[in-house]
Amino acid sequence: MSDAVAGVRPVRDAGVTVAGRGSGALGKSQSEQSGTAGARIGVITFPGSLDDVDALRAARAVGAQAVSLWHADADLHAVDAVIVPGGFSYGDYLRAGAIAAQAPVMRSVIDAARGGMPVLGICNGFQVLCEAGLLPGALMRNAGLTFRCRDQYLRVERAGTVWSGRYAPGQHILIPLKHADGRYVAADRDLDALEAEGRVLFRYSAGPAGGDAGEAPAPCGSAGAERLRSAPSGEAERKPRDAYGPPRDPANPNGSLRDIAGVCSADGRIAGLMPHPEHAIDLLTGPSTDGLPLFASLIDALGRSGTAPAVSAAAR
Amino acid sequence: MARVAVDVVIKPEILDPQGKAILAALGRAGHEAVRSVRAGKHFDLEVDDAVTDDELETLAGSVLANPVIETWTVTRIPAPTGAESDAGTSR
Repeated sequence: MSDAVAGVRPVRDAGVTVAGRGSGALGKSQSEQSGTAGARIGVITFPGSLDDVDALRAARAVGAQAVSLWHADADLHAVDAVIVPGGFSYGDYLRAGAIAAQAPVMRSVIDAARGGMPVLGICNGFQVLCEAGLLPGALMRNAGLTFRCRDQYLRVERAGTVWSGRYAPGQHILIPLKHADGRYVAADRDLDALEAEGRVLFRYSAGPAGGDAGEAPAPCGSAGAERLRSAPSGEAERKPRDAYGPPRDPANPNGSLRDIAGVCSADGRIAGLMPHPEHAIDLLTGPSTDGLPLFASLIDALGRSGTAPAVSAAAR
Repeated sequence: MARVAVDVVIKPEILDPQGKAILAALGRAGHEAVRSVRAGKHFDLEVDDAVTDDELETLAGSVLANPVIETWTVTRIPAPTGAESDAGTSR
């Protein structure tokens, strides 16, 4: 691998201004865009990553310095936290996230995470963290075998962690979801342990109106892909189709056991979820800005502790 | 070179929607005698002769299969006797 490839790559920016940050963000380097000198959030790019750019934007949106990390470079470039983004790393060959989990940068992430560095895996990043052994369980093909793409309500099951400090327990948030391999599975005893230890971070939900409505989340913002596709036929298309699995909560999009959408480590510092908070930071493109507090929570936690490990005591 | 086959199958207690879809397709094709299908993966490896069974087990269980959701079997494939040109060099 050449040095040119292995080094820190410039942040690609779609040229869309993040809400609330004014137009000054356009065309500036990543360091110029940072709001606070202290927090450096790294985002890994693997071959096949798709949502690294949005994750970098989310980092900047909460005033952090966004640092692009490259899969073949084991150097974490002194970041305070790492986001493993969504996409189809290495084409999802073997199993989703399996090959990325062996990448040089992940060796460093695993070591740093075990030392207390906060790590967030989103979608494919969640799959990578499970494959790397940083989070329990595994993510398998959706129960209905269909690629799900819609806005999804989640219920915050555990607030107060590094990644959920800005949420209230039981709060419903609406963020996009898009995956084919999002069915969370683990052995029953492991699921029991997760529940007992408060390590279920988010659960799929039908929204604040209640879980028995039998209907997927009502749109409250701009149109998502599934709504656009289903617009002519209307309601029928919005209902989850669970032809190949027992129907559970109708809001569960993929057959995840116990409706689990996201889990975390015991101290809350390592977290993963299938839906995409980084796509819900700007009303121009997302259904809400409900994803923003997740990233702001990290900034709060880093601010409290300087460089990390001390926060865990306050995290629960 | 030794040849090794690794077969990986989803654990029986875990839902295999692909297997169910294949089962349904077999039924539509008239093969109603098929009662169950579990989809899996098959890997053919060529490895150095010195590789031990322990190492094969480790690589199968840590990379080729995910022990959370899958089981696997490792099978050494006997070298073909008297076939092709390399038969002479590898006894």
